[in-house]
Amino acid sequence: MKLTLKVWRQANRTAKGKMETYQIDEVSPDMSFLEMMDMLNQQLMSQGIEPVAFDHDCREGICGMCSMFINGEAHGPDRLVTTCQLHMRKFKDGDTITIEPFRANAFPVIRDLVVDRTAFDRIQHAGGFISVNTSGNTQDANAIPINKTDADHAFDAATCIGCGACVATCKNASAMLFVSAKVSQYALLPQGKVEATERVVNMVKQMDEEGFGNCTNTGACEVECPKGISLENIARMNREYLSASLKG
Amino acid sequence: MATLDSKIPKGPLAEKWTQHKSNINLVSPANKRLIDIIVVGTGLAGASASATLAELGYNVKSFCFQDSPRRAHSIAAQGGINAAKNYQGDGDSTHRLFYDTIKGGDYRSREANVYRLAEVSTNIIDQCVAQGVPFARDYGGLLDNRSFGGVLVSRTFYAKGQTGQQLLLGAYSAMNRQIGRGKIKMYNRHEMMDLVVIDGKARGIIARNLVTGEIERHAAHAVVIASGGYGNVFFLSTNAMGSNVSAAWKIHKKGAHFANPCFTQIHPTCIPVSGEHQSKLTLMSESLRNDGRIWVPKKIEDVKAIREGKLKPTQIAEEDRDYYLERRYPAFGNLVPRDVASRAAKERCDAGYGVNATGEAVYLDFSSAIIRYGKEQAHVKGMDENDAALVKKLGQEVVRSKYGNLFQMYEKIVDQNPYETPMMIYPAVHYTMGGVWVDYNLMTSIPGCYAIGEANFSDHGANRLGASALMQGLADGYFVLPYTIGDYLADDIRTGRIDTEHPEFEKAEAGVKAQLEAFINAKGKQPVDYYHRQLGKIMWNQCGMSRNEKGLKQAIKDIHDLREDFYKNVNVPGGTNEFNEELAKAGRVADFLELGELFAKDALERTESCGGHFREESQTPEGEALRDDKNFTYVAAWEYKGDPSKAQLHKEVLKYEEIEIKTRSYK
Repeated sequence: MKLTLKVWRQANRTAKGKMETYQIDEVSPDMSFLEMMDMLNQQLMSQGIEPVAFDHDCREGICGMCSMFINGEAHGPDRLVTTCQLHMRKFKDGDTITIEPFRANAFPVIRDLVVDRTAFDRIQHAGGFISVNTSGNTQDANAIPINKTDADHAFDAATCIGCGACVATCKNASAMLFVSAKVSQYALLPQGKVEATERVVNMVKQMDEEGFGNCTNTGACEVECPKGISLENIARMNREYLSASLKG
Repeated sequence: MATLDSKIPKGPLAEKWTQHKSNINLVSPANKRLIDIIVVGTGLAGASASATLAELGYNVKSFCFQDSPRRAHSIAAQGGINAAKNYQGDGDSTHRLFYDTIKGGDYRSREANVYRLAEVSTNIIDQCVAQGVPFARDYGGLLDNRSFGGVLVSRTFYAKGQTGQQLLLGAYSAMNRQIGRGKIKMYNRHEMMDLVVIDGKARGIIARNLVTGEIERHAAHAVVIASGGYGNVFFLSTNAMGSNVSAAWKIHKKGAHFANPCFTQIHPTCIPVSGEHQSKLTLMSESLRNDGRIWVPKKIEDVKAIREGKLKPTQIAEEDRDYYLERRYPAFGNLVPRDVASRAAKERCDAGYGVNATGEAVYLDFSSAIIRYGKEQAHVKGMDENDAALVKKLGQEVVRSKYGNLFQMYEKIVDQNPYETPMMIYPAVHYTMGGVWVDYNLMTSIPGCYAIGEANFSDHGANRLGASALMQGLADGYFVLPYTIGDYLADDIRTGRIDTEHPEFEKAEAGVKAQLEAFINAKGKQPVDYYHRQLGKIMWNQCGMSRNEKGLKQAIKDIHDLREDFYKNVNVPGGTNEFNEELAKAGRVADFLELGELFAKDALERTESCGGHFREESQTPEGEALRDDKNFTYVAAWEYKGDPSKAQLHKEVLKYEEIEIKTRSYK
């Protein structure tokens, strides 16, 4: 198929960016979206134009590195997938596709479609862990049985890949879904309860300092999340935060 | 440097590690504060090592090329992690895990290292649960297990099809705690470009900031390489796009021996190649072989009809299906080890029974499991076990709860529903057992330079068993290296800070800059990917699932020629002082072009078949791999001599004290 691509080009963090238009032909419906981008880049290089920089690594939807905003949606039109899992069969011959970086104040553009998401890491540094030393001298793994439902919910929250689609989708660029997923994972497990109070307070504080917006419960993040992280996590985090505030 | 000393401690096998830990030197907490350690890579091995070393009090600098340590490719491991917990009471033990691993590796791994791995495996599970890793549990709230290939017990712990993700996030959380405390300094989007060796000891690295292009000098008292495997030498593999050999190869060029480069794992259950545009291959976890049955049609006319789209696999009667693994290997059936399963798939496809247009695919079918689980559920719920539609629905729910994300991945890529029609799969390059040679302390042949996880060679021999890579990465990083590195660093407490103005840093930096400039200035016609694809084709055709003398000699010549052409005709756009992915790729492909040649050389030298290394000249009448224990019970450790073709072979003879070497049989 033949496609028109409108792609955000920006040389570096401080440069002014703009949309450029490229034509691409002979795209196979079996290609992944990123393979189409590879093809575009080969074409651009053969024309002496610098390739479009974009983040990608595992190309199987788990590393969370790919991050494009395609036709106004994080990770494009398909549901429950990352950009690398999006296939060209979701588009039609003759389509025009707009490709932008994930936009948020807390995610500055590094180049073209590549953004800096280290704000997510810094939120985790503030409390995204259980303070147990890694010596292996802990109790036996089966010493504390964990209710299967809690364990499953903790797992569901823990499958967040930290891609930032929730932030890019939210009109306020809020990071609540991401932060709440981590808070929930630990809050649901007995091992995580010991530090629950400090964790939620510290992580929310860091989230605010990074310049993410507030949550106004529109739920757009849940729709676009490639891993289906549930809004219930945000509710759970709010409960945790409230109870921490009452204690504090 | 000519002799290899594996430094295996004396004493009975089961007591070696305990005794060794009691005897090695320690560094006092006050002195640890004065010692810097660099860790390259943040997968399971690198992240767990960084966290533990920082916890012990060392100053750690961690490097990864991704935008966050959490994205290292361990994240993509699906099926599970082995541990000899024996929670199922099915006869598991440290000894059995050790024995299975040695046998699975076709008697080409180091006995003492493997025993230690089995010994510390149980600690890993305790540790991870304490860290909040949400493993699968049963209704009683206890941990659940499943089976993997090459074993007869259920010792694999899992978190749906995302075990690697959960374990890596656990190790990443331990890192985060130390980053927050200032004990780890994290350098993301940084690539190691060279190792700096001063007076024979590893003293630092040259790194490139991938955002700004800046070349940086980083000094340390020890350097740990945890940069994973080199499967991407095949271009198409299940590795991430950025996975590369460069860190391991740079230390090889500085004096670290590279061991058994030809030992590569071709994983039997991957989604087949669909076309020329393909950039990577996707694994379907081995755990699927717990419930999936592998088959091709018995009749060649059915194969033909399927390829033409006139027949669907579901229309082929049970008696017309060839469940070839169950037929050939009744004892292990669909759960034979990976090398065996891969070769069997190739054998059927080479014989003309491949079921897709390219002729390179076999079926992985869940219909029996869906019915079995469905009946079980119907019985439990007191519903009608003979209602086929109900049974199917209930069975599909069970399968979804076990493998849901894998089925979804398959459907997104192939556009077929694997709940309704069998998956199509074919072997693909997945893991490299070979790697940097290390001694029992995980130190390479360069003092002060260590290699852990997939980057080293020691534990998996010629074939790795499923769910053992996660085990080894975490064992090395959490429980082995943090002890053994102290033994070396105890002699380094008076060294003081390492000066990055030392002439060796200057020299290494100049070399890195010159190479980067050379790529930019080549201004040739072909993009980097062209060379990578070409290399991949040579590797897959001549060094893939089946190898012979003629092909390997051809590969050595072809890779050599391709490398020469690369330096003359590569086209790398942009400049060195900017975010430039093509430039980063050029450096990685340059190293693959050297490694590929050593790989072929190693495969040529080893005229026996063992594990994943199948030499056509060495097989039984039934086509099984035929080992030559008399001549090849050794580790081939190659020393760099200026060019891969001149590499010098050193042999570490493998001695088995505890077990008897046998023919590996899964029949």
